[in-house]
Amino acid sequence: MTPKPEPLAAKAGSAVEFKLPLQLREGYHINTNMPPDPYLIPLRLTWDAGPLTVSEVVYPKPSLLKVEFFPAPLPVFSGRFELITRFRVAASAQPGLVNVPGKLRYQACNDRMCLPPKTIDLTLPVSVSR
Amino acid sequence: MQVRTLSIGSIRRWTLLSAAVGILASCTSPNSDDVRVKSEKERKATPDFALKDVTGATVKLSDYKGKVVLLNFWATWCGPCKIEIPWFMDFQKTYKDREFAVIGVSMDEDGWDAVKPYIEQHKLNYRVVVGNNEVSQLFGSIDSLPTTLVIDREGRIASMHLGLVSKKTYAQEIEQLLGTPKNASQSGALLAPGGEFAFLRAK
Repeated sequence: MTPKPEPLAAKAGSAVEFKLPLQLREGYHINTNMPPDPYLIPLRLTWDAGPLTVSEVVYPKPSLLKVEFFPAPLPVFSGRFELITRFRVAASAQPGLVNVPGKLRYQACNDRMCLPPKTIDLTLPVSVSR
Repeated sequence: MQVRTLSIGSIRRWTLLSAAVGILASCTSPNSDDVRVKSEKERKATPDFALKDVTGATVKLSDYKGKVVLLNFWATWCGPCKIEIPWFMDFQKTYKDREFAVIGVSMDEDGWDAVKPYIEQHKLNYRVVVGNNEVSQLFGSIDSLPTTLVIDREGRIASMHLGLVSKKTYAQEIEQLLGTPKNASQSGALLAPGGEFAFLRAK
């Protein structure tokens, strides 16, 4: 079943916040947006520019995981968490419904194996008003 | 067994998601630390491939017939793979005079741009090639890393491990296969590529 999304309400010329809730299967973790090992693949949430532009994406505080392959505890996300995107709505944005395309890239592991990196397409419906 | 790793919550102001079903990553069956060298009758022929190593030389798996081969699918972003790499370097050093070889197949999307710095930085002493989807499919779709095969002197798969297992497990399997006389029974008929790995999919 496809969820019927309720559009995010946004006023032209204002700022608006969107929370994306995520949940990882027990035992799995993903890297933070700034992993300390350059070979690790960061979590990344991006949105295409349009009537709404991203002012910042806020990632949660990571937990620390002791791993054998890295000298220091590794910051990771696991369980339930939220990614917050703060948008600026252009003053010139036309009233009506717009879809903001985005992408979520992540790479998950457990303590014994890793899954390939994935990129998921997102669409955020936004109802713009004056 | 299908394992879903990440899901997007349903909330009031929701988004969706062309093709978002793809967010639910999957992986294959759990792994085991058991030494599990198959009997000679149970072993299937290894699919062949030819891939370039970092020097540009072609590495053809079938050219290794006569040797025991540890074939390791890995990636530079894979933590558990990095635990095993020093073990494999030890094996390469310890057993190199006993007709043994390690071959690493990197599944990094960025290819040599990612892999070359890593193998230089960590001074890998065995051959590494960069894999691709075609090779992954030959082996029944490599969808979790590390995936490691131990191949006997006749080019047959003696064992396969999904995920991290112990160094001792690999050492025991290698020792067991190195002890096998070179004129052991011949391999059976070749199977269609990938067919022998169909169980890897488990989806």
